[in-house]
Amino acid sequence: MSGPRAAGAPDVAVPAIEAVDVTRSYSAGDTAVHALRGVSFTVAAGEYAAIVGPSGSGKSTLMHLLGCLDRPTTGVLRVGGRDVLELSDTELAQLRNREIGFVFQAFQLLPRSSALDNVALPLLYRGVRASERRERAEASLRAVGLGHRLGHRPTQMSGGEQQRVAIARALVGEPRILLADEPTGNLDSRNGAEVMRILEELNGTRGVAVVLVTHDDEVAGRAHRQVRVRDGLVELDTARPSAAPATAPAHRAEGAA
Amino acid sequence: MKGWEAFRVAVDALRGNRLRSLLTMLGVIIGIAAVVVVVSIGSGARQQIEAQVEGLGSNLILVVPGQFDTANPTQGAPAVSTLQFSDGRLLADVVGDESLVTARVTSGAVVRAGAVETFVTVQGSDQNLPEVFTRPVAQGSFFTATDVDTRRRVAVLGSGTAQTLFGAADPVGRQVTVAGTRFRVVGVLAEQGESFGVSQDNEVHVPITAAQRLFGVDRVDAFAVKSPTSAQVPELAGQLWRALKDAYPDQEFSAVTQTQILGVIGDILGLLTAVLASIAGISLLVGGVGVSNIMLVSVRERTREIGLRKALGARQRDVLVQFLVEAVLLTSVGGVIGIVVGVGGSLLIGRLSPLPAAVEWWSPVVAFVVSAAVGIFFGVVPARRAGKLDPVVALRTD
Repeated sequence: MSGPRAAGAPDVAVPAIEAVDVTRSYSAGDTAVHALRGVSFTVAAGEYAAIVGPSGSGKSTLMHLLGCLDRPTTGVLRVGGRDVLELSDTELAQLRNREIGFVFQAFQLLPRSSALDNVALPLLYRGVRASERRERAEASLRAVGLGHRLGHRPTQMSGGEQQRVAIARALVGEPRILLADEPTGNLDSRNGAEVMRILEELNGTRGVAVVLVTHDDEVAGRAHRQVRVRDGLVELDTARPSAAPATAPAHRAEGAA
Repeated sequence: MKGWEAFRVAVDALRGNRLRSLLTMLGVIIGIAAVVVVVSIGSGARQQIEAQVEGLGSNLILVVPGQFDTANPTQGAPAVSTLQFSDGRLLADVVGDESLVTARVTSGAVVRAGAVETFVTVQGSDQNLPEVFTRPVAQGSFFTATDVDTRRRVAVLGSGTAQTLFGAADPVGRQVTVAGTRFRVVGVLAEQGESFGVSQDNEVHVPITAAQRLFGVDRVDAFAVKSPTSAQVPELAGQLWRALKDAYPDQEFSAVTQTQILGVIGDILGLLTAVLASIAGISLLVGGVGVSNIMLVSVRERTREIGLRKALGARQRDVLVQFLVEAVLLTSVGGVIGIVVGVGGSLLIGRLSPLPAAVEWWSPVVAFVVSAAVGIFFGVVPARRAGKLDPVVALRTD
């Protein structure tokens, strides 16, 4: 039931994410769709990485897997040291709750709840007492510079502020991994830059691993490492510049051409 | 997530869509209110009839000719009476006190006083009537045994008849004409009240001997016997029947107790109330289907919210409980409003219309439990659907 570590600083010995030859197939009618065809990479604790790729590359499927919203068809995927294939639905929900903070392109805030209630939501599902939830949500909102907007509803805020509320929500449970799906996609450049600054600051000061999922090379370029996905395979991983996957010779040929 | 937190989330969700929540509740409100009102009228009618039958005099046993079939009361209409006034002696011997037995013959007739005329029930009775039927005399006195023996033409008026014929004036000592024969008024009975809008006070009581001569009959419609204690009633009823059967072996008699009369009336009213309440219950069922329908729409509309909650760590059970609590809250709040409307409506009906209505304490309790159960029953399917939503699909929905 309890997480693999005590609340506090992430355990550096355990990689945040470890993917070994992960595949994911869907059946669409009679035909099988192979969204991921064997993906392997590791995200160390506290790393700042970007997963890039055009739409249809399998990037979204990969993000859902990394976020424990879905399970791989084959291969091994460890999130926070735990093999997601071995977990029940309930355990998977608990893993999402404790290990992962989501930041979505469309913010995904509850429109009728205050910023404070939105941020406290992950703690609600963790069974944290109301007074502590409030305290921690408030601290989290202050950390993203929204200490003056606690009682405001999303509809009363700008897009940039809404995304900062979403970051505060991702942060409140002190996860090991912050998973940001096109976090600047719905923002103008000024607000986008502010959101990126906050994410990078959190990565630097709190040691939380940040994984950006984006098709925007400029955003991806800010990360310390890029993992490029194409046609369900890792095409390029800057952590292993020379190591295109040996299992995909066709791709190497394609890359060389 | 703890219970009261699920409750708070549900309240917020329902308040976010007030008009829809209210309209959804309306079905439950109408259903519950209808059931409460029907049950109230049913039990009001029962109480009123019980009060009336008991008002005939406590521990009363009616001895009538013919068969009183408690299973099929409609077939119990007695044939022409074969009982005689003198048979009262047989009954008095059984009871051991002749003041506890009274005979009666009933007919209708025009009664006139001066220029005023009215059609009333004429009761031929004897001096024991006030005691046996608990009918106190308000003015003057009731007629005596001598009046009965000597077939004297004296009359005791019901309060309604006295009012009609004499207005505010004191009728005692005045003359009335009953079916063309003059009678002297010796007393007026105390007011008895109405039942189902029919007054029990539009009567004229005359000595049974005078009534028999007036109507040209020698029969007695019924004897009423008052048992000294209620414990003796069943045994005494048997003894009374036996006494008559011994005297007249080839005739049928019945000794009917209040319990038997109440039982028959109660059965009929209970059946009637159950049928009407079932019809009202159908509207509650329709209300429940409405709740189920709206909850399904709500789950579809909030697919993204469900996906988000799951992404943040909500378990299948958390989401299921959230939607189930919403459904139960809808129906139980609707139930409470329905109870208020139903109880208020029952009190208004009892006050403003001739229909009796008595709110039973248990009917709001049962109504509340039923409405909550309707919420669970009709909320489970939408809530399970919400709980089982795939978060990936749910988050992708726009």
